[in-house]
Amino acid sequence: MRNSLLAALLLSVSSLIAPAMAADLRIGLQEDPDVLDPDQSRTFVGRIVYASLCDKLVDITPDLEIIPQLATGWSWSNDGLTLTMDLRDDATFHDGTPFDAEAVKANIDRSQNLPESRRKSEVKNIESVEVTGPHQVQFKLKGPDATLLAQFADRSGMMLSPTAAAAAGVDLGAKPICSGPFKFVERVAQDRIVLEKFSDYWNADSINFDKVTFLPIPDTTVRLANLRSGDLDMLERLAATDAASVKEDGSLQYEEAVSLGYQGITINVGNGDRANNPIGQDAKIREAFSLSLDRDAINQVVFEGAFAPGNQPYPPTSPWYDKDHPVPARDVDKAKALLKEAGYDSLDVEVQVANNPVQTQLMQVVQSMAAEAGFNVKLKSMEFASLLSDQSAGNYQASQIGWSGRVDPDGNIHQFVTCEGGINDSKYCNPEIDALLDAARTSTDLEIRKEKYDAARDILNADMPLIYLYHVTWIWALSDKLEGFTPYPDGMIRLENVKFK
Amino acid sequence: MLSFIARRLAIAIPTIFLVSVFVFFLQKLLPGDPALVLAGEERDPETLAFIREKYHLNEPILTQYFYWVSGMLQGDFGISLRTNQPVLELIGEKLPVTIQLAVMAMIIAMIIGIPAGILSAVRKGTAVDYTANIIALSGLSIPNFWLGIMLIMLVSVHLGWLPASGYESPFVDPVRSLETMIMPAFVLGTALAATLMRHTRSAMLGVLKTDYVRTARAKGLQEKVVVLKHAFRNALLPIVTLSALLFGELLAGAVLTEQIFTIPGFGKLIVDAVFTRDYAVVQGVVMCTAVGFILMNLVADVLYFLLNPRMRTAL
Repeated sequence: MRNSLLAALLLSVSSLIAPAMAADLRIGLQEDPDVLDPDQSRTFVGRIVYASLCDKLVDITPDLEIIPQLATGWSWSNDGLTLTMDLRDDATFHDGTPFDAEAVKANIDRSQNLPESRRKSEVKNIESVEVTGPHQVQFKLKGPDATLLAQFADRSGMMLSPTAAAAAGVDLGAKPICSGPFKFVERVAQDRIVLEKFSDYWNADSINFDKVTFLPIPDTTVRLANLRSGDLDMLERLAATDAASVKEDGSLQYEEAVSLGYQGITINVGNGDRANNPIGQDAKIREAFSLSLDRDAINQVVFEGAFAPGNQPYPPTSPWYDKDHPVPARDVDKAKALLKEAGYDSLDVEVQVANNPVQTQLMQVVQSMAAEAGFNVKLKSMEFASLLSDQSAGNYQASQIGWSGRVDPDGNIHQFVTCEGGINDSKYCNPEIDALLDAARTSTDLEIRKEKYDAARDILNADMPLIYLYHVTWIWALSDKLEGFTPYPDGMIRLENVKFK
Repeated sequence: MLSFIARRLAIAIPTIFLVSVFVFFLQKLLPGDPALVLAGEERDPETLAFIREKYHLNEPILTQYFYWVSGMLQGDFGISLRTNQPVLELIGEKLPVTIQLAVMAMIIAMIIGIPAGILSAVRKGTAVDYTANIIALSGLSIPNFWLGIMLIMLVSVHLGWLPASGYESPFVDPVRSLETMIMPAFVLGTALAATLMRHTRSAMLGVLKTDYVRTARAKGLQEKVVVLKHAFRNALLPIVTLSALLFGELLAGAVLTEQIFTIPGFGKLIVDAVFTRDYAVVQGVVMCTAVGFILMNLVADVLYFLLNPRMRTAL
């Protein structure tokens, strides 16, 4: 008895020592991801796990260029209706199923036809997928679509094992089988997601960890404490207010990238009766409101200068940013003059805002700045679900809301300001804008696209249905034991070439 | 006997029915469209329509209620709208974690609270008594979340003795399990220790004044024997009753502690479900808790009936 006790003790001691030898990476996440099925999932945080679990047809560079991943190359037909893609012949799914053209066809079919699919709108432009060789596919499109490749760089391009998908159906999320560098081991909801190295990965040489554990730790203070105590090796979405202390800490590394998304104020200009008020009807008043704000000061006061002030759907660092419309400097006199021109000395505006501390603080700063120009801003603090509901129903004057951002510029603008746009809660409608943005999404010529977006910016800057304020910066904090991490504007954690020193 | 149980059941069933009505319609009163939250950022109209149909959100509210109740009657509490996991499975996974936390917190509360209570009763009016009282009051007044964060900073970040947060099952790794649970259990336990200390003190003071304690002292027994063997044993009754009541409170009080220390327990399950509008989980958890309480009450009533002959004649 005593001997077996001793043995057990020794065993548990050795099990304490053993993990230190294997390369196990522990990553702290801000939230617990939703279902782990790329076709069904809808959270940002889930995509961070996918970056290690599921390879995509294409990937992006930190400069947002599309590069090969499971596809080795591609070409467009002259009419822009056919995309031919060559695929890797050395990739395998985690269950041993080989990756080939048939697998791509099955995956697009699942994204389009699984009733629970959240990807339908992203792949609806694909008429059919034709297998033109064991490792070549052709996508036949209903109309030219420049955004398709960017969709393939995200969840729509993530390839699931067709064998596993057919067997598991809608329950695939319980044990996702992809072809990425790590395979799924286990998930305990709200506690951890464990992945282990996939030895047959086509790019296995660039992977330096045997195991990756994702730990959702929502409290930013506790997440950072875990990193400092060595329980985590890295974390995502460090609070801007902690940035300074991490930069000072010699045992930690600080990495950042301006995100693809934006935060701003959406104005109700045509969504039902509540659009019938001065700020909803007069673009001059909206311009006055925008001019009353000091975007730099907002960034300094609320986000310790860690974020990026902005005035367009893309951050100033983006290749799609229109440099002819730089972030405006605050001009209270001009704002007052514009308001006066519109016939007001002062004006009441009700803005709804999500009831979390950061957004509330943001809007309080906005409120006091706008007050100096004559705006009497009333904040309507709401729980997010209610805010969204009222906003889509048109039951609002103005609403502080943002967008997480997409790789292709189309994703940040088309659906918000075109007459029939799915998330056009402002109900702004201008046929000229529709024509420009439709043209921009159908051309595969980058210069033509940029021209169209710039032309649209000229009009939108004057009409201003959305007042853009700033762009979130993704901030990662890492232990100084790690090296090789590259920050990406999509906020993902790509583990290729990351390793312990 | 049987008729007694039958009568109790007859009361339990309408109670459960009322709880189900309450849980369901209260959720429906919440503003905000769950389909909008579930559809994701794009809010694709096709997806919205699918979600509304799948979760019967388009149908009259009474029909929705009927779907939910008939599912439950067949043992189907639904699946989490967020992770697709069955709600019952989630509850089965999370409840033991919270019970472990509560048991450990209770042990810590007893280890601190009872001796402190005895000591301050025996040394009433001395510095020991005042010190114990001050500590007890501080334990009651310091908020859990503050103490939790401070402990993490001190014990995990500066001293590096314990993991800052997380959880491990005792069946997988007992040492790690203890390490992860000791701080949260301490945070939860200290608040209770104060209550326990105050009650032990007053119970002991009452007992110490009784005749048999005086007799014991008069017999020339050692003070230690008088206090522990004669006084404390008799003071135990109210303490045990209180401890049992506190344990129930612990399960509820664990919500905040679980959030701070990221322990995947029952409290965190329901809080996260509320924030992510995971209606199936919220309804399932509240319903299970309510049914659990009602069943426990029923069992207690039956036990009372068996143990106490006077109950039988009262019928």
